[in-house]
Amino acid sequence: MRMTIAAFGAVLGLSATLPAAVAAEWKPTKPVEFVVASGPGGGTDNFARTVQAIIGKYDLLPVSVIVSNKGGGSGAEGFVYTKLAGGDTHKLIFGTSNEWLLPLVSKVAWKPEELTPVAAMAFDEFVLWTKADAPYKDAADYVKALKAAPEGKFRMGGAQSKDTDQILTRLIEKGIGARWTYVPFRSGGEAGVQLAGGHIDSNVNNPSESLGAWRGGQVKPLCVFSPERLPEGPAVTEGKGWHDIPTCKEEGIPVAEYRMPRTVFLPPKVSDGVREYYEGVLRRVAETPEWKEFVTRTSQTARFMDAEQLKTFMAKDQKSSTELFREEGWLVN
Amino acid sequence: MENLEALMHGFTVALTVHHMALMIGGVLLGILVGVLPGLGAPNGVTLLLPLTFTMDPVSAIILLTSTYWGALFGGSTTSILFNIPGEPSSVATTFDGHPMARQGRAAEALTTAFLSAGFGALVGIVTITLLSSFVASFALRFAPPEYFAVYFLAFASFVAFGGGKPLKTIVSIVTGFALATVGMDIVSGGMRLTFDMPELIRGVSFLVVVIGLFGIGELLLTMEETLEFRPVSAHLSPRAVLQAAARLPRYWVALLRSAAIGVWMGITPGGPTAASFMSYGIARRFSRNGARFGRGEPEGIVSPETADHAAGTAAMLPMLALGVPSSATAAVMLGGLMIWGLNPGPMLFIEQRDFVWGMISSLYLSNVVAVVLVLATVPLFAAILRLPFTVVAPLIVVICAISAWSVASAGFDLWLMLVFGLVGWGMKKLDYPIAPLVLAMVIGDKAEDAFRQSMIISHGSFGIFWGNALVGGISTLAILFLLWPVVTLIRRPARAEPGPAEHLS
Repeated sequence: MRMTIAAFGAVLGLSATLPAAVAAEWKPTKPVEFVVASGPGGGTDNFARTVQAIIGKYDLLPVSVIVSNKGGGSGAEGFVYTKLAGGDTHKLIFGTSNEWLLPLVSKVAWKPEELTPVAAMAFDEFVLWTKADAPYKDAADYVKALKAAPEGKFRMGGAQSKDTDQILTRLIEKGIGARWTYVPFRSGGEAGVQLAGGHIDSNVNNPSESLGAWRGGQVKPLCVFSPERLPEGPAVTEGKGWHDIPTCKEEGIPVAEYRMPRTVFLPPKVSDGVREYYEGVLRRVAETPEWKEFVTRTSQTARFMDAEQLKTFMAKDQKSSTELFREEGWLVN
Repeated sequence: MENLEALMHGFTVALTVHHMALMIGGVLLGILVGVLPGLGAPNGVTLLLPLTFTMDPVSAIILLTSTYWGALFGGSTTSILFNIPGEPSSVATTFDGHPMARQGRAAEALTTAFLSAGFGALVGIVTITLLSSFVASFALRFAPPEYFAVYFLAFASFVAFGGGKPLKTIVSIVTGFALATVGMDIVSGGMRLTFDMPELIRGVSFLVVVIGLFGIGELLLTMEETLEFRPVSAHLSPRAVLQAAARLPRYWVALLRSAAIGVWMGITPGGPTAASFMSYGIARRFSRNGARFGRGEPEGIVSPETADHAAGTAAMLPMLALGVPSSATAAVMLGGLMIWGLNPGPMLFIEQRDFVWGMISSLYLSNVVAVVLVLATVPLFAAILRLPFTVVAPLIVVICAISAWSVASAGFDLWLMLVFGLVGWGMKKLDYPIAPLVLAMVIGDKAEDAFRQSMIISHGSFGIFWGNALVGGISTLAILFLLWPVVTLIRRPARAEPGPAEHLS
């Protein structure tokens, strides 16, 4: 009897969450295209393909999913493609903060607010890395050496130009009052190898980009740009894990938080019902054990933001980035 | 020795019925996507990726690498038969491969290409088997100046040995560089030469240009000249395959030299495309048959094919040990690695011995499988050229169009292809060499990035290209190569050089 009541309760509980989905009443009727704003391989691509795999496994969409890479121009190709598909309810674009950062620094054919925000599903962390045999025992030590050296003697490597890596580099520079020579590479992976080879002094790679090199004893993490330490987990190398990396704030670098959201957008001019439908699907993806496993394995932080929260986040980030870009003379408009 | 033991262990992992079946399936699928250029290796491997999510990593990588090899072999097929390179790295194969096909020696050309490719791949695998630890640490020594020097060397060795009219060559090179700059510039973060057209944001696709210049351009020329292929009289029996195979050892110098160039370019980050051009250029200069290059000389197939595949396989090692993809296909495989829960890096070789050595030993097996399977297709493919031109010509146009479309699913690319078809036709009529344009386009943007990164690091001083023995050596060699025509001119002013340049493309 108690079992029945429990089961009945569960049904009730379930139906309580249903109305939102029923109210939307919209459903995709043909294959949905996942546009990836990057080339094959790399963080954004893995993000989209993992979501695709989970949707397939749990049958979260009544139609099939096609993933297409449109990574030309640092992802601009994908965003323009999505913008031109205005009103198309069967396209989603997977990207990062580049959706609103790219239009600030280069002449591209979309405006950040034109696309329809759906959700952000995780945040990728940034870590300050140096070569494993570098003579600095911690971040404070490294900053001291940087300040003592002539300006521009130390090299900071990163992926692309005027993108997250260089923005973070500028934020640190402003915070501590010293300058690196910033060298842009094609990807975080390349910047990682250049650091392992000792051709640059540091980089701010995402955890997954430098995990292999850390375990291989080529690079070491100094601090993470996150308000609190990364969650406890298994040791990565020599008894040290992600949780053992101090935050940069602890180390005296006044950049408490810098993270990159993994975002999903719809084309312009789609109705709220459609947006809510996909928001619901992505929320369910984010609740699966497979998604949690993916986020942990790539050392990202799981945090689901719905469309409203993403909009607020965008506005805040856009404002602070615009200020920084204006000072640097990077703005194009 | 330790590596050999590990390799034997790897064979026990790879040599199972399940894995052999995956290899054969992968190779066949690869040949299929390779024959349709544009669809090509990266797309083929990307399509297979979701299938591998449920496999164990060894099976998954065996399937993907087998598809990759199959596609590389398939790519050479269309280069030879239709003058349409299926992969950027098989552009150089068209220079002599297609003339041979038009002389009725398609079977010979295909066999030569496949066997020398197989040889190159084998040398590449042996190298990574024996030198795995050394190769990875050597690759770490490459900073932007070294990258630039390697590209410069590849460029100098191809262009300087090309002969031809210097001014026209320069025009061709400059056009190639200009095309390479279209789109996003990673050093400044801005757009260049896009004229505010959304279609140009992703840049001008190299494959679309090549399909236009070579495939459509060639077709226009043929139509203008004869409206038919020259009579194809040679008998197309399996015997032709064996005869061509028997002739291959004659080119042992070219085989060894090209394999060495290929391995070098694979380990240094030059890549297969630069390797094939460099090997072709050097062979043309130093081979006794150099003067016949461009008119259907088998050595002109042996050199680029061997180097291409040697570089392609040798590059697998830096990819696994450092996590830097050497090609678009490698990038997809790296993405797969992460999804399977493996992290590329030095520890992969220690912690995932089954995976790494299973993969390396599968490279031996899958290349042998690929060569056997692809040779079996030679009579079939060679027979296509016996069809009347009225059938083959529309077929070529269709293949070109599908290929150009599948690069980015963009209608704009079809127009681009047609425009470059006209350009290719015009360049041939006016005797401008096409190959320097292609090479400039394919390594132009990488060389430019490396150059500007070097300038940022050195704060504008050229001394950085002679900053240590490695980069200084490569730079000096490149400049020597570039000045080689001048040197020979001074030494032998009386003797006129045979100029094969007009047959370059």
